Amino acid sequence: MNQLKNFSKGFFKENPVFVLLLGMCPTLGVTTSAINGLGMGLATTFVLVMSNLVVSLVKSQIPDKVRIPSFIVIIASFVTIVELAMQAYVPALFEQLGLFIPLIVVNCIVLGRAEAFASKNNILSSILDGLGMGLGFALALTILGGVRELLGAGSFFGYKFIQGDGMLVFVLAPGAFIALGYLIVIINKINKKTA
Amino acid sequence: MEYIIIIITAIFVNNIVLSQFLGVCPFLGVSSKVETSMGMAGAVTFVMVIATMVTYLLQKYVLDAFGIAFMQTITFILVIAALVQLVEIILKKVSPALYQALGIFLPLITTNCAVLGVTILAVQKNYNLMESVVFSIATAIGFGLALVIFAGIREHLDMVNVPKGMKGVPIALITAGILALAFMGFAGLV
Repeated sequence: MNQLKNFSKGFFKENPVFVLLLGMCPTLGVTTSAINGLGMGLATTFVLVMSNLVVSLVKSQIPDKVRIPSFIVIIASFVTIVELAMQAYVPALFEQLGLFIPLIVVNCIVLGRAEAFASKNNILSSILDGLGMGLGFALALTILGGVRELLGAGSFFGYKFIQGDGMLVFVLAPGAFIALGYLIVIINKINKKTA
Repeated sequence: MEYIIIIITAIFVNNIVLSQFLGVCPFLGVSSKVETSMGMAGAVTFVMVIATMVTYLLQKYVLDAFGIAFMQTITFILVIAALVQLVEIILKKVSPALYQALGIFLPLITTNCAVLGVTILAVQKNYNLMESVVFSIATAIGFGLALVIFAGIREHLDMVNVPKGMKGVPIALITAGILALAFMGFAGLV
């Protein structure tokens, strides 16, 4: 029951994007389409799960003073792995996401979970926490990407079902801020009702 | 002439916050007062320019020279983290007044993606050392500009009657969107 909670809290109650407001840079930067959002979300999930796993494995070996730099090195290693793997297998998506892949290192969610959760809990809880948070992040990015793609280009996951051009502004930079602002309003409303 | 183009592009056309989405976290988190946002901008400028110089030299004489460019991410983030610590220690000794002013913002900068973003961008754009430095200074100015404008708007926003559900972050995001819309007007400039 408790483990289930570790996993599921990332989706709604403590959703990293909509509720905790962490990792804003990639959230706004890559969500020009649903598929970009999903790709970025899954890449971050992988880094989150692996870094949570390793951090919780080595937590007793790391002296408290050099904790944060050690976590950053662990995270950076996994980001490099993701970077190389994506370059090899999904070069098109890698091109689209560009700078934001190496920037997963400074995503506050990853370091935040390592520091706040994985360095205090056992391996299984840490993995589940990473997986839940990561998938919650991916979900948020996919929703935001989907909304922006729908309004901006009239398509969803590349499948076009509204003829003509959409409201171009939603694919451009300002649309990211505005769409996310309104999405947070909606999520807040829903959370208040269920709570 | 090239330098002028780099400067105008980095400050207005490709503003780091409003069109590149780097450094959005401090942009939303710190910028509720004009004074604190100026402090943040100062600290970021400081670290960004030094970090760009150091990472440029590292990239050229270590990573490229030994063919280990895939170590870029790890190297750069470590350089930035170490640099932030170093700047903190030096400032404490040399200029306690400045340290007092920037103090709380310094540790936050390690996880500011704008700094890591600029160092990587400078390498990607194949700038030489001088161009990289100019680029980083201009980007930092752009960051500061966006931060200060936004803080000014938010100070006014506090006194306005906003619908209940939109208080706080949502209205800040929508404001940022409109600000980004205004900055898009610079798009044809270069």
